[in-house]
Amino acid sequence: MSTAQLEIQLIAIVVAAAAALPGVFLVLRRMAMMSDAISHAILIGIVVAFFIVHDLSHPLLIVGAALTGVLTVTLVEALSRTKRLHEDSAIGLVFPLLFSIGVILISRYASHVHLDLDAVLMGELAFAPFDRFVIAGQDLGPRALFVMSGILLLNILFIGLFYKEIKIATFDAGLAASLGFAPVAIHYGLMTIVSITAVGAFDAVGSLLVVALMIAPPAAAYLLTDRLSVMLLLSVLFGVISAIVGYWAAHMFDVSIAGMMATAAGIVFLLVFLFAPHRGIVAVARRRMHQRLQFAGGALAVHLLNHEGSPEAIEECRVDHLGDHLRWEMVFALRVIRYLQRNNLIRREGDYLHLTADGRSLAREMMVQ
Amino acid sequence: MSDILRLLITDYTLRTVALGATVLGVTSGALGAFAVLRRQALLGDAVSHATLPGIALAFLLTQSKAPLVLLVGAAIAGWLGTLLVLAVVNNTRIKEDAALGLILSVFFGGGLVLLTLIQKMPIATQAGLDKFLFGQAAALVESDVIAMAVLAVPTLLLTALFWKEFKLLSFDPEYGATLGFKMRTMDILLTSLIVIAIVIGLQTVGVVLMSAMIVAPGAAARQWTDRLSVMVILSALFGAVSGVTGAVISSTMAHLPTGPTIVLVVSVIVVISLAFAPNRGLVWSYLRERRNRSRMRLEAVLGNMGLMARQHGQQTVGHTSSAIGAMSGGRIGIDARLRDLEQDKLVVQDSDGLWALTERGNQKAAEIMQRGVTE
Repeated sequence: MSTAQLEIQLIAIVVAAAAALPGVFLVLRRMAMMSDAISHAILIGIVVAFFIVHDLSHPLLIVGAALTGVLTVTLVEALSRTKRLHEDSAIGLVFPLLFSIGVILISRYASHVHLDLDAVLMGELAFAPFDRFVIAGQDLGPRALFVMSGILLLNILFIGLFYKEIKIATFDAGLAASLGFAPVAIHYGLMTIVSITAVGAFDAVGSLLVVALMIAPPAAAYLLTDRLSVMLLLSVLFGVISAIVGYWAAHMFDVSIAGMMATAAGIVFLLVFLFAPHRGIVAVARRRMHQRLQFAGGALAVHLLNHEGSPEAIEECRVDHLGDHLRWEMVFALRVIRYLQRNNLIRREGDYLHLTADGRSLAREMMVQ
Repeated sequence: MSDILRLLITDYTLRTVALGATVLGVTSGALGAFAVLRRQALLGDAVSHATLPGIALAFLLTQSKAPLVLLVGAAIAGWLGTLLVLAVVNNTRIKEDAALGLILSVFFGGGLVLLTLIQKMPIATQAGLDKFLFGQAAALVESDVIAMAVLAVPTLLLTALFWKEFKLLSFDPEYGATLGFKMRTMDILLTSLIVIAIVIGLQTVGVVLMSAMIVAPGAAARQWTDRLSVMVILSALFGAVSGVTGAVISSTMAHLPTGPTIVLVVSVIVVISLAFAPNRGLVWSYLRERRNRSRMRLEAVLGNMGLMARQHGQQTVGHTSSAIGAMSGGRIGIDARLRDLEQDKLVVQDSDGLWALTERGNQKAAEIMQRGVTE
């Protein structure tokens, strides 16, 4: 692994971690699409600030973009407060407009500089190591690494310092207001953090894929835990995994790093979505199947008890009779039988089924219910 | 402007562009109206981004750039994205916003990966898929427009055919279900038609901004009317006007990507509608509010003068404006208000500069005080 590769990975990891932290609160507060709006809208802030200072690495760009991010949120809220539009329409109107102005400004006036549309969409992570952070002739490393580390630190500080306040405001805004925790201030603080993170990540992964890094890891973490602190840690972990896997996959196929990071984040989510211990699709399906077996097993036990010792038992307690009588598919009937056998509730002798003592008491219990 | 009009009639390319933009505008406008009513604006955003990997995969599998092939690929991916959003929302505790953001960004990321893969391929036909990102109206040719129309005509026909069902679905699906309509099927059908409407616009507007063409015309049309039929027709009209205007401007000027230009035009229509539409226009309601507020201030002054007159036993006793002001919530602006009332012959000022009620003013004040008591 070359130094440049190592540096790119480090930047990718820091970007992913920085994005995952505020993302947790966006997911919990049902404001995920706000990150989409902000990440699009900051483009115009970056472009306008660039026209003023003519330097793509000037700190004013971050300030300008962060201001546009907050402006976007304010505009969306003002529009939906007029009651003329629903909030989703307001979001869907504001950011395409701001983004369009940004794109037009770039393609008309800035296409000759280093700011082009591909960079807007995909970032330029591969070139990040060429832009060095030099102080007094001393090369300290890639500039992007320093900027993003600063932003990561800011996010950690913000969440660490106001942990209690953000937590209460997220889960119970009414309580937060009555305790004097100013949920509105926290809301705008969070939006500022999201905007700053989006600007920082813009260079690395472009304006759209920030959304993937902000939403996918927290969404996956949300399926695994009920504790906010664990969710934060898991989100960072998933983000970092997506960054590393994404980088190497992109390296292997020689494709967009940012796109691969987003894809990897999506795959991580998909795996959790399918296999999470309690909330995953597989676990839920298994639980449902188990409940079905439990219920059907009880029904079969009752059926056997009803006919036990009676003359028609020879007919009723035959395996191939169950399909007709209980209207079960044969496959399902056999599963139910296996389930009951496993739990020592019935014995099978050839084609005939007999209740055990345990099975009899289960059937009686079911009938009482 | 007249140059452009002349070109529109004589120039083949420009005519193709305008025709394509009309097809796209009408379809996305008409279907977008339903998306706006059903609060599916952001679903449009997710779907349009999610189509990108479909376009790239369709090209990778068929090596063909035939518009219908790519658009069908786009539709399948967009539809799959919608299904996944539903799967996540229905099976987990993740809410719709996060599911949308997730599918949108991950599908788009996957699409970018495939696009960079295609760009590296040694075949010559790969060029030009980039236009799906921000749209390129100038590159539209006849076969593109035909492909768009092939998708658009059945979409609009189905909308007309299921008009009653879609109306019920947008306003009161529970009622529709009790009437025996299959609301779930209708939901799937309408959402699929919205996906197709998005796909139709991809070449012209691009995946990044196509959602605006779904939201904006409908949002603008909503301001002008409370009738669904009028709203859908207006929305289609707004879509067509902004589509054609934006596409023509962008193809006649250099360095002006089509998607953003169209979005700019349609946003102007939205702003005008929000501000000036009759009844719902923000300017009118601001003026109405201001008129109400000033009327209420005048009535307060009049009422207080009535009160003072009653305390003195007769209406003709004058008071200084500052005394009246002190009773009516402050002296600022009180003189102007008294002059307004004087114009309406409700109060008079005597030679000492004191203000008193006229006969008419006294009656009016009594009415106001009466209203104050009963309320």
